[in-house]
Amino acid sequence: MAPRAVSIIAALSVIGLVIGPVTAVVLRAEAFSGFRPADWQAFRFTLVQATLSALLSVAFAVPLARALARRDFIGRGLLVALLGAPFILPVIVAVLGLLAVFGQTGVLNRALSPLGVPELQIYGLQGVLVAHVFFNLPLATRLILQGWLGIPAEQFRLAATLGMGRRAMWRCIEWPMLRRLVPGAFAVIFVICLSSFAVALTLGGGPRATTLELAIYQSMRFDFDLARAAVLGVVQIGLALSAGLIALRVTSVPVAAKGLDRHAPRWDTAGRMMVLVDAAWIVLAALFLLTPLAMVVLNGVAGLSDLGTSVWQSAGHSILVALGSTALCLLWALPLATRWGEWLGLSGIALSPLVLGIGLFLIVRPFANPFDLALYVTATVNAFVSLPFVLRILRPEAETIRAEYGRLRGALGLSGWAWLWWVFLPRLKRPLGFGAGLTAALSMGDLGVIALFADPDRATLPLKVYQLMGAYRMDQAAGAALLLLLLSLGMFWLFDRGGRVGPAA
Amino acid sequence: MALQLDSILACAGDFELAADLTVPEADRVAVVGASGSGKSTLLDVIAGFRLPERGTVRWAGRDITRLPPGTRPVSILFQDTNLFPHLTIRQNLSLALNPATGRRRPGDAERIDAVLERVGLAGFGGRYLAEMSGGQQSRAALARVLIQARPVVLLDEPFAALGPALKDQMLDLVAEIAEAEGLTVLLVSHDPDDAKRFARTVIVVEAGQVTAPRDTAALFDNPPPGLRAYLGGG
Repeated sequence: MAPRAVSIIAALSVIGLVIGPVTAVVLRAEAFSGFRPADWQAFRFTLVQATLSALLSVAFAVPLARALARRDFIGRGLLVALLGAPFILPVIVAVLGLLAVFGQTGVLNRALSPLGVPELQIYGLQGVLVAHVFFNLPLATRLILQGWLGIPAEQFRLAATLGMGRRAMWRCIEWPMLRRLVPGAFAVIFVICLSSFAVALTLGGGPRATTLELAIYQSMRFDFDLARAAVLGVVQIGLALSAGLIALRVTSVPVAAKGLDRHAPRWDTAGRMMVLVDAAWIVLAALFLLTPLAMVVLNGVAGLSDLGTSVWQSAGHSILVALGSTALCLLWALPLATRWGEWLGLSGIALSPLVLGIGLFLIVRPFANPFDLALYVTATVNAFVSLPFVLRILRPEAETIRAEYGRLRGALGLSGWAWLWWVFLPRLKRPLGFGAGLTAALSMGDLGVIALFADPDRATLPLKVYQLMGAYRMDQAAGAALLLLLLSLGMFWLFDRGGRVGPAA
Repeated sequence: MALQLDSILACAGDFELAADLTVPEADRVAVVGASGSGKSTLLDVIAGFRLPERGTVRWAGRDITRLPPGTRPVSILFQDTNLFPHLTIRQNLSLALNPATGRRRPGDAERIDAVLERVGLAGFGGRYLAEMSGGQQSRAALARVLIQARPVVLLDEPFAALGPALKDQMLDLVAEIAEAEGLTVLLVSHDPDDAKRFARTVIVVEAGQVTAPRDTAALFDNPPPGLRAYLGGG
């Protein structure tokens, strides 16, 4: 698309953003005196929670995806669409919603206590798992549902004409598909959960429920032990890279799923028991996913009118950070929307935001007060973290445009500028709007690197919600969380809608 | 002035195309041959989309072999994708006139209107391709070629998707314009009737070998063995 020089500059800046901070972290880690028992504990907990989160997400996703694949009902399309929503949902908002349902004074405990059921504890490993399943069950379901809908209808028809029983059908048709897809879904979720920070920060913590990311944060924020933070960062990089490479090897499914709004007709699923089982899975999953969101809205409405200046100021910071990240991410993504560019962008998944943040902290520190640059660093890191997703969205369309119109461009002798302005950007506007919306929403809801750097004057809205929760001002936290939810979804909608305005390309 | 291909050798994988021929200025030439014989490769070499391994392409004696497609005295109509569907016809023509910026300059509007009128699309400038019929789309594509005002025009089966009557109409229109403007036109077609209707001379491409242009009527009266096999005459 763009002249080669622009692509090279974009690539070099991304490479620099990876190598610079990682080098700074590795160099700093040399001063480390040794792993403490708490560090080993964090290492073990990171692996255990990621394994269990992936296992539970996939285990629940299989029956849910099967139910969605073979049942048609009113609202099915909406439910499947909502399965994509947790991706852009701010973690802190989801946590508040989960607390409202599963917390000490949550709906569930209030409902169960008169029955004499012991109180549910949300904090600790179980809380981390509930939150991770909340975020990743939809992802796993979409991946596996895609596999189910990908089975040719003729296979079920053939099985029906052969009089195959349910077991035979499972063994011959469904199990081979699952054997192919489930390891990939497990690996993707495992990698995502390895870098879990905001969930561990809010629902974990303490020596028994600290992830490596959280340990990095604690070394920086509480002990200001840069060497320890750096060495934990190196371990985190090694872990994420190894897991990422394994995930790439075993993953055989595209993340962007199309056509999930249809269902596959079956001839073997009319039994009343099967209908009941499928209905139960669908209802339970819908309740699990929607009740926390409903609680955020219900609890937040009252607090919206009494947010206070500091919350609005944080909201302003978040909007600026989100817009900055979106602009930077698109500036990177447009020239890198190629095969090799997408490979480069994968570093955004492999490298944890906190490690990147610490590296940038170490680089900036000799020249300026890093805390003054908190919002800039946050915007940069958020752009980098969103890059692989935006490239995944842009690249197929960008390649199609180049393939379809490259010769016409040549025949007309269009300059790089004319090509970009008149052809590439207008034709790319839909995925561009979607990618921009995704970046803005992810950045808006991010509670990662900002927690490392920010002082109260520079808090973003997610951090503000976290601070309000920490101060037990739950009404205000609920109001701020609802504001955050509205802003995140609003940003996503605005950009996505913007990409759809004008004549269809 | 003439279009000359001197000792051209172009390779596409294992396929080799050899051409050594001269097309006089203002000639209308049909390029015929079986699928995969190398017709499109020949046009790609002339248009600049493929650099030959050997040989020279000249126009009016000037070596244009290494010029990029956009700066050659050549414009080309592809089988499809001849205009950008998200731009209006007027914007497409404007872009063809000013490929550096796409911005319209004084006098462009009049030129665009004149070209649209020439192809029978007066008043269609504000439309998108999707708002036009197949025949109108072909005329708009032809307008793009005309506004580029280059002396050599290559037609790579651009009217193949049209019905017989519309296709004949378009060929007649191209012939009429070529005659009036003194354009040198090379038309690739699978249909011998297109060649007979449109071309004064015919180039036969057979298994990578390109013959020199021969008079259309004479060629089809007494086709060489390769062409006879292609035409179904055994």
